[in-house]
Amino acid sequence: MTDSKYFTTTKKGEIFELKAELNSDKKEKKKEAVKKVIASMTVGKDVSALFPDVVNCMQTDNLELKKLVYLYLMNYAKSQPDMAIMAVNTFVKDCEDPNPLIRALAVRTMGCIRVDKITEYLCEPLRKCLKDEDPYVRKTAAVCVAKLHDINAQLVEDQGFLDTLKDLISDSNPMVVANAVAALSEIAESHPNSNLLDLNPQTINKLLTALNECTEWGQIFILDCLANYTPRDDRESQSICERVTPRLSHANSAVVLSAVKVLMKFMEMLPKDLDYYGTLLKKLAPPLVTLLSAEPELQYVALRNINLIVQRRPEILKHEMKVFFVKYNDPIYVKLEKLDIMIRLASQANIAQVLAELKEYATEVDVDFVRKAVRAIGRCAIKVEQSAERCVSTLLDLIQTKVNYVVQEAIVVIKDIFRKYPNKYESVIATLCENLDSLDEPEARAAMIWIVGEYAERIDNADELLESFLEGFHDESTQVQLQLLTGIVKLFLKKPTETQELVQQVLSLATQDSDNPDLRDRGYIYWRLLSTDPVAAKEVVLAEKPLISEETDLIEPTLLEELICHIGTLASVYHKPPSAFVEGSRGVQHKRLPGSSVESPEPASAAVPEASPSIIPSQGDLLGDLLNLDLTPPTSTAAPPPTSGLQMGAMDLLGGGLDSLVRPRVLVSSQMWLPAMKGKGLEISGTFARRSGVIQMEMTLTNKAMSVMTDFAIQFNRNSFGLAPAGPLQVLTPLSPNQSIEVSLPLNTLGPIMKMDPLNNLQVAVKNNIDVFYFSCQYPMSVLFSEDGKMESKVFLVTWKDIPNDNETQCQIKDCHLNSDAASNKLQGSNVFTIAKRTVEGQDMLYQSLKLTNGIWVLAELKVQTGSPVFTVSISTKVPWRSRHGQQSDSVVPP
Amino acid sequence: MIHSLFLINNTGDIFLEKHWKSVIGRSVCDYFFEAKDKAGDPENVPPVLQTPHHYLISIYRGKLFLLSVIQSEVSPLFVIEFLHRVADTIQDYFGECSENVIKENLVIVYELLEEMLDNGFPLATESNVLKEMIRPPNILRSVVNTLTDTLPTGQLSNVPWRRAGVKYTNNEAYFDVIEEIDAIIDKSGTTVFAEIQGAIEACVRLTGIPDLTLSFMNPRLLDDVSFHPCVRFKRWEAERVLSFIPPDGNFTLMTYHISSQNLVAIPVYVKQNISFFDTASCGRLDITIGPKQTMGKMVEGLSVTIPMPKSVHSANLTATQGSYTFDLATKVLVWDIGKLNPQKLPNLKGSLSIQSGVPKPEENPSLSIGLKVQQLAISGIKVNRLDMYGEKYKPFKGVKYVTKAGKFQVRT
Repeated sequence: MTDSKYFTTTKKGEIFELKAELNSDKKEKKKEAVKKVIASMTVGKDVSALFPDVVNCMQTDNLELKKLVYLYLMNYAKSQPDMAIMAVNTFVKDCEDPNPLIRALAVRTMGCIRVDKITEYLCEPLRKCLKDEDPYVRKTAAVCVAKLHDINAQLVEDQGFLDTLKDLISDSNPMVVANAVAALSEIAESHPNSNLLDLNPQTINKLLTALNECTEWGQIFILDCLANYTPRDDRESQSICERVTPRLSHANSAVVLSAVKVLMKFMEMLPKDLDYYGTLLKKLAPPLVTLLSAEPELQYVALRNINLIVQRRPEILKHEMKVFFVKYNDPIYVKLEKLDIMIRLASQANIAQVLAELKEYATEVDVDFVRKAVRAIGRCAIKVEQSAERCVSTLLDLIQTKVNYVVQEAIVVIKDIFRKYPNKYESVIATLCENLDSLDEPEARAAMIWIVGEYAERIDNADELLESFLEGFHDESTQVQLQLLTGIVKLFLKKPTETQELVQQVLSLATQDSDNPDLRDRGYIYWRLLSTDPVAAKEVVLAEKPLISEETDLIEPTLLEELICHIGTLASVYHKPPSAFVEGSRGVQHKRLPGSSVESPEPASAAVPEASPSIIPSQGDLLGDLLNLDLTPPTSTAAPPPTSGLQMGAMDLLGGGLDSLVRPRVLVSSQMWLPAMKGKGLEISGTFARRSGVIQMEMTLTNKAMSVMTDFAIQFNRNSFGLAPAGPLQVLTPLSPNQSIEVSLPLNTLGPIMKMDPLNNLQVAVKNNIDVFYFSCQYPMSVLFSEDGKMESKVFLVTWKDIPNDNETQCQIKDCHLNSDAASNKLQGSNVFTIAKRTVEGQDMLYQSLKLTNGIWVLAELKVQTGSPVFTVSISTKVPWRSRHGQQSDSVVPP
Repeated sequence: MIHSLFLINNTGDIFLEKHWKSVIGRSVCDYFFEAKDKAGDPENVPPVLQTPHHYLISIYRGKLFLLSVIQSEVSPLFVIEFLHRVADTIQDYFGECSENVIKENLVIVYELLEEMLDNGFPLATESNVLKEMIRPPNILRSVVNTLTDTLPTGQLSNVPWRRAGVKYTNNEAYFDVIEEIDAIIDKSGTTVFAEIQGAIEACVRLTGIPDLTLSFMNPRLLDDVSFHPCVRFKRWEAERVLSFIPPDGNFTLMTYHISSQNLVAIPVYVKQNISFFDTASCGRLDITIGPKQTMGKMVEGLSVTIPMPKSVHSANLTATQGSYTFDLATKVLVWDIGKLNPQKLPNLKGSLSIQSGVPKPEENPSLSIGLKVQQLAISGIKVNRLDMYGEKYKPFKGVKYVTKAGKFQVRT
């Protein structure tokens, strides 16, 4: 007997027949009739005309019949709201039934009838059911609150159902607790700030107790809720972890992953030297591995999460490489994810195995997978230096297969390998060139052209090769065109005699025959460079390139932290924060790991000091800063910002110098120079100071990435005062994740000089095993004031007179509540010396001198009107800056 | 939580839909169909899809897609687990989970879905609870209306997996220790990767509320385990015994996973040579299988499945034992061998012809091996004893071991 018989009546008047059967006296016949109705309904036939007849069957003591009628009601009540009211009485009556199953069924069905008129009648029965003596009814009622909230949120709040729901968290029955948590979590999603789930140690304890006794689904809800809690200290954290760990052995993979989430989050609070921390790490690996033997859909979600976990804590799965080996009949989405994780886990210890696997994959059928496998080989070469040679030879083997897309992928990654290890594997270029003709993808063509251009001097027929590309210049994609332009210019700079014609040709193609603005601009720039200053052109075009980093697709640390808090959710599958895709962006709160070392919750505060150094200090605020006086807002101070170059320079100098007088020898505020986001996890903040005649660059290096950082080195760009490191950067021990180190780097002023704008700007490159990072910072001028800056008073007088008026600049400092002596003392602390002092008409005149590290003397006259907070400063220096535009000179700084 | 469910067959027809909240139009499935077309093979459809307003999470089972529609941030594993549970339940009720069976039992399936989920929250997913509320069709429910109108006891008890008042005349408890070997063997015969996926499948028909304890001779082998909710985890942690009140009927008591290579014995070796000639449009195939580590047991049910490159046209082979088939549409070669006779090793040999004008295949096909070894758990795990507490009668007990090939692949 199957349900298919219900579909056999296709005669006319089917509805009529059903109607008659529904009104039959015989129970059995009635039930069969309702079933026929439901069967028609499920396949989309319209049986709404039978509404009154079906509703009439509702008043029965036969549970099965009642349920069928309810099914029908839920489906059609929306389209027949007036008739649905007819059913209300029965519902209300059923909510009082002595049988808990019927009470629960009634309240459950009522909640599913999404008709406003009915919801009003629902409130009273629901209130009773929430306090029902039978836990089955309470548990059903808890879910009903969530349903009602979805239909009419205001009603739920007005009726106080939320409070009742919160009380249910303390219910004696674990299933009720679980459902209350689930309902509250769902409601909370639309009220992000409602604090509905107010978690405190007492409720946490109740949840943990319920966790052991409720169903697998309830465990998921409770674990997800627990993950939102922030333990007070590491002891609480550990005790929660201990009680959650048994869930790792649950057969339901969702329970396992939710437990992993809780543990990954709370682990952050445990001290790393704790024995338990190590135990916990060990316990996490087996369940993650087990997830990979489940159905492919589960595997996929698990792999996406494992990808996050290995980035955060690579140590958990570092010995489990093999479980990620790809089986030929894995679905493609599983294969690609496994490959990704294999590369993340690749290390010197297992690279041989990984490479053997990757080579195997590169001969598979699936094109996408093969391509990714070839790329992976390149990534391995870049990641594990010791393996680079083997990777290159593997890639060469693959090129020999002559499979078109394999060859192209291989060439693209070999280009990256050249970038990472310059002048090491050029012997393979010949092999690459053999395959020139088979390249039809832009990325591969561009890569090949780059290689030819970069190594033009070693390829005898480089000009011919590039010329062959040039023929179809206009049919190439922009990527290839740009590369070709640069490649030929490189070639020209290396072999100018033979390639003049070629370079002319490409320049005119790029500048005259192209619509692409990028291409034209680049073409013009090269053209000008080549025609005006070929030496400069060489420096620009053939400049040494920064090495490329090994992990190109690491998730940015702050995002990673947030995603770790969302393990097991959609966010973890998409690797995007929920705020980026949750419907209607209901103001999802950003979650953070507890006790992690990433900057305080206001990332803005970290960004501000980063931005400020690049602003040229305006005269006002710097002078206002003088002598630690009340610092007034820049707008209200002194003269308007200077416009002439002369004033600029002087202000910079003075400003910077005097600025630091405010502070003691050690500059207090260290500034964020390189935020972790830009430094692939390396964060650098720092400051400058002058200590016993030596300029010190004081830096705090923090590793916010997941892997250990080593091999630090530092370099400066040419700068105004020739600042250069006096020794290597002293970071002797590797910097492990979340570790900070303070380094003091002595500087000298013997480096090459180039005028910077602003004057005190310093461009720094810091290298580590990951990459090279660039940032610029500004040093206070006062670090350049040398200790022997006191001028003989006679000399001072002569010099002062000698300096042409053009080199003098004046400004005022307001709100300086210091007398002249105090000011003089303060300035002396910064190597600004008072040579003489005289008093004229109640005005104190201080004559001062300072000497810059490059031997330039700067003289100043400070007028202090007793009782007036305004200082007038005149600054002069003998050496005028190279004068441009006639009389305007940049003062103070020598070329 | 789970908003709606669509059941979709292989050709892309939606033949059942169920909404637990408001109704979502069928058009939402268009995104899925798009992804399905793109994936080509139904196995390759990504399980989690994003659409502008919804998320689609699907599983593929028995040539059916179970597609759920989600509107809020939710745990995808929870949804996937639930969908598999739906498929399991249908299988449990009707013997298989297929389009025909569902269409024949639409009303029951619909009732089941209603009972399994309430407002998107799982309500009753335990087979024994469901069966008390919705009778499977094999029990003549129209004749004897035995459906309880009281609350199924499992719904609220601490042991939701067991119903009360179970009575049997023959009390019996059988445990099958089933181990599957997942392995990748490379062309030279070296094991690249091997692990054992073990499971203890139980069939328990015992009266009352029995409390069972199962212990192993060598529990140390098991360090990566997942248990049915009935197993008391604390006892396992402390004493390494399985203590539990079993569900009634068939269930998986535990699964385990043994990955340490030295414990995984590989029962057979495969000598293979599949090659294609550069010049002529043909190739050669030669496969021999022999016993390796069989622990003195007979290897049965031996089979080899080879998905041939698409350009292979036909196969002309001779098997010394068993028979082979080559499916021209899917290009899958299956060689059914049967028992492995160590004295006379089975061999399959002959030529493969390739479509003319097509270049020789670039990829090397992998071999999937199927096999079975009775009365052997390849990891060496052994049940020590089974004790029953809480009931007076003497049950009949039995333990069986079997080892099978899981994803056992040989690369060429």
